[in-house]
Amino acid sequence: MSIFDILGPVMVGPSSSHTAGAVRMGQMTRRLLGGEPESAEILLSGSFALTGEGHGTPRAILAGLMGMDPDDERIPQSFELAGEHGIKFSFGTVNLRDAHPNSALIRAKREGRDVEVGASSPGGGRIRVFSLDGLPTSFSGEVPTLIVRCEDRPGHVSRVTGAVAAQGINMSKLQVERDTRGGTALMVIECDQRIPYKVKVAISAIEGIYNVTRLNPGEESK
Amino acid sequence: MSAVTSIAGLLKVSAEKKLPLWKTVQLTDCAEQDMSEADSWEKMKNMLSVMRETDQSYDSRRRSLSGLSGGDGGKMEDYVRSGRSISGPLVGEIIAAALRMGECNACMKRIVAAPTAGACGVLPAVVIPCGKAMGLPDERLIEALYVAAGVGQVIAQRASISGAQSGCQAEIGAASAMAAAALTHMAGGSSEQIANASALALKSLLGLVCDPVGGLVEVPCVKRNAAGAVIALTAAEMSLAGIESRVPPDEVIDAMREVGEKMSPTLRETAEGGLAATETARKFRENR
Repeated sequence: MSIFDILGPVMVGPSSSHTAGAVRMGQMTRRLLGGEPESAEILLSGSFALTGEGHGTPRAILAGLMGMDPDDERIPQSFELAGEHGIKFSFGTVNLRDAHPNSALIRAKREGRDVEVGASSPGGGRIRVFSLDGLPTSFSGEVPTLIVRCEDRPGHVSRVTGAVAAQGINMSKLQVERDTRGGTALMVIECDQRIPYKVKVAISAIEGIYNVTRLNPGEESK
Repeated sequence: MSAVTSIAGLLKVSAEKKLPLWKTVQLTDCAEQDMSEADSWEKMKNMLSVMRETDQSYDSRRRSLSGLSGGDGGKMEDYVRSGRSISGPLVGEIIAAALRMGECNACMKRIVAAPTAGACGVLPAVVIPCGKAMGLPDERLIEALYVAAGVGQVIAQRASISGAQSGCQAEIGAASAMAAAALTHMAGGSSEQIANASALALKSLLGLVCDPVGGLVEVPCVKRNAAGAVIALTAAEMSLAGIESRVPPDEVIDAMREVGEKMSPTLRETAEGGLAATETARKFRENR
């Protein structure tokens, strides 16, 4: 823990969990989608559903989807700005069982692609993604993270991790999930070093890989 | 230097290395985060700038989304300006500054969490007005922010800075301890007096529960920022006068943790007890 976790972050109020963390959830969804959404459906759960409105949680998530940081003073105007950008958005509530009280399910679409992100905001502006496209997972994006969605078939884990190792990158955590046998698989790889663009290129070239997202802390991959 | 886990440890390292307390805090963090002293200083300087900008941009006409907050900083300013203030212009300005920052937070303006968003008004409310009244250069105020961060870090590591975990004592209480330490440094107090001031402030707020009306960071949070700031001033004054906390700072922090553990979950940010469970709070919820 740094002294700047105590004196900081600089953020738009009123709540680190319900506002700053909510912006981070929107940003994470934007990154997983690969850019600005054309439409978004935001479903709030637990304390987010009960007190989100007064904390500006819906505005904060939408601001994050538009690429704003938690200290952006335009966050309170995100509904109006999204309208100007032509982003269609709607809000609702959902009961996410077993999730942290501060959670949301965000569905976003862009250029024929869609993602569904389940995320929680436990405090201090930090977040944790607990589901992606319906598959359970767990990552925060606080360390370099590679997210690969692919066809479930033999050899994929080996080829993907091989491409990571080829760049001298050490993996600290590897998660693999799939929906059905031969269906869609999700790999989440947390690393000790920054993940360069060429790793994404190498993995994207493998047959049966649908999508690759790089999360390098401090870098906005718009 | 190892990670900071006690106030006594901070004092010991400072004495051994013959460094002021703020420098020990800075160097320890730079080593942990692999950051240069210059970068760290710039970052802390920016925290002071953001605090000032937000304070100066305060608009007493602005209201929060819920309508519960706004305008009180302006009322306090008018009252102080009228010359009727019992405690005089400095204390009046401290109260006004804390209200302004708390209201800015409630109204979705940019703030510096110190240590949390809900308690963001306490530290700037003493550092900025007192720095001005004492005629201190910004360097001294930035040093004071390091002192505050060091105290906050020990509280976070030994106990908590989360209302959901330990109640408001961990938010306004921690902020007040941090502000008392910062102010004592600004006034030229010794490292021991700085540590002692933090203990005196935190002791005064032990047991404070987190009971926000409607679950929002507004009532009573905004006004508790003003109370926390004035307690910080009281603690710094006592410490500079040579008055000692009979219980040392680390033990006070450990006691805060224990009190937090014994606190009912209904009094830890769940909005189920205390002020949040009053008739008025229930009506507010029903009318939304």
